[in-house]
Amino acid sequence: MERYFQPDIECASHEKIREIQSEKLIRQIKNVWENVPYYRKKMEAKGVTPDDIKSVDDLHKLPFLSKADLREAYPYGLLGKPLKECVRIQSTSGTTGKRVVAFYTQHDIDLWEDCCARAITAAGGTDEDVCQVSYGYGLFTGGPGLNGGSHKVGCLTIPTSSGNTDRQIMFIKDLSATILCCTPSYAAYLGERMQELGYGPDDIPLKAGIFGAEAWSQEMRESIQKTMGIKAYDIYGLTELSGPGVAFECSAQNGMHINEDHFIAEIIDPDTEEVLPEGEQGELVFTAVDKEAFPMIRYRTRDICRLTREKCSCGRTHVKMSKPMGRSDDMLIIRGVNVFPSQIETVLLNNGYAANYQIVVDRVNNTDTLDVQVEMTPEMFTDNVGEVEERQKKLIDGLKSMLGIKAKVSLLAPKSITRSEGKAVRVIDKRKI
Amino acid sequence: MSIMQISVFLENKPGTLKKMTGVLAAHKINMRATSLAETKDFGIARLVVDDALSAVNTLKENDFVANLTPVLAIEIPDEAGGLDKLLESFDNASVNIEYMYAFTGGKTTDHAYMIFRVSDTKAAEARLVGKGVKILNQEDIEQI
Repeated sequence: MERYFQPDIECASHEKIREIQSEKLIRQIKNVWENVPYYRKKMEAKGVTPDDIKSVDDLHKLPFLSKADLREAYPYGLLGKPLKECVRIQSTSGTTGKRVVAFYTQHDIDLWEDCCARAITAAGGTDEDVCQVSYGYGLFTGGPGLNGGSHKVGCLTIPTSSGNTDRQIMFIKDLSATILCCTPSYAAYLGERMQELGYGPDDIPLKAGIFGAEAWSQEMRESIQKTMGIKAYDIYGLTELSGPGVAFECSAQNGMHINEDHFIAEIIDPDTEEVLPEGEQGELVFTAVDKEAFPMIRYRTRDICRLTREKCSCGRTHVKMSKPMGRSDDMLIIRGVNVFPSQIETVLLNNGYAANYQIVVDRVNNTDTLDVQVEMTPEMFTDNVGEVEERQKKLIDGLKSMLGIKAKVSLLAPKSITRSEGKAVRVIDKRKI
Repeated sequence: MSIMQISVFLENKPGTLKKMTGVLAAHKINMRATSLAETKDFGIARLVVDDALSAVNTLKENDFVANLTPVLAIEIPDEAGGLDKLLESFDNASVNIEYMYAFTGGKTTDHAYMIFRVSDTKAAEARLVGKGVKILNQEDIEQI
């Protein structure tokens, strides 16, 4: 039987959800107009006032907010509440430029943790479960978010944070953890280590995993599910909007329900900024209508995906987003072609290699080079040079047909690529442009 | 009658082979025979040792990809025409060779030893039996 953390909201009719959204949007816009000069200036520049926003249908009249705005307004320029009402900050790793520092009131923390609790419940979690949170704790939102969500569900929470892999496995075994929360690359590493220690899927008490904070492929999901004997669920979020739990997967495992009562989603054409009809692929834009301290209005995520309102077998009514191929920040342009690391991962796993890989991009004689470095596995090795070469060639052909460009494949010794305990570093771009 | 050869994947970068021999040395594993097959991208080392199973496990524990492959070890006289005569028997028995390498004995001086990787080891053995070909087993290897 499907369980919900907040069934009244999660299964509300579309009309009811729109009603909630409209009411919250009007209030939020009034709030930023009165209290956030940065927003007011942007709205004035576009000739919009709170009077123009009468329902969620008027959302498109509002100006967009981008990462550049966050940079410009850093650190306090977008605060929706006085600092004395804020109780926490969280921050991004800052790998793609200046770090984002997000503020939370107690209300914001509550709604964030509710979202994570919905995700844990959708993955089958109840107060009978033991939930190990192996996301990093601290400034990164992964640990704190799922930790709070786990508490709200009533799971026994094991706050291991990331790292110390053998201790992670000891806790999973000794305390019979049933739910694991971490990045997919760390889940893959934990699975690999469990295999090395001789634990098969039946020896591992876990039944579900909630994996997010980086792009991962369907093939990687299947591989993790098989190794640990679990169901692996995707979770989506970004620090700007709170953290993980903005959207989450349900038992259907085919797209993530967006917590629409808190986050209104739109898909736009990233070039023309026009709103696209449902079902079309484009850039995901969010409006956080309920957040007090850090109210994001039409925030451009740079994530490319599509939305669907098709009826979901789990009974939830909230709109579903497809798995983004990766942030547009992660996208590489190689010889003019757009390449996402997750596409390369798909080809590697389909060809029998493991998800231990690195992508090295360089520029030699004014031409981009793509080197896919993947570790040799016992399954892909034979004593026959010709056979190993043939498998290597099959991989090169597979990459060519997926990406449309030729890649070099380097076979590396096992364990030569550093295992990630958080977000994996998949790409090394040596080009000096 | 076949013996087990260890095949080891070697990444194409300086020091990989040395890393492997270092592991073997640290575990006091003596190589009877060795050969290296290489492409421009990677290499495969092939080893014959006294205790193949324990050696392959040692290599795996030290993060090498390695496996065991059955090969034929054959003793031939260390003289001109020795190999030619043997290959004639292979020919007559229609045994297809994928690769081979040679080593000479430690205690004996008048013999050379050939390692053959053939497509079907069992069938090749059956066809070579009684053709005057001396196929060695693991114990014979330890005696050399």
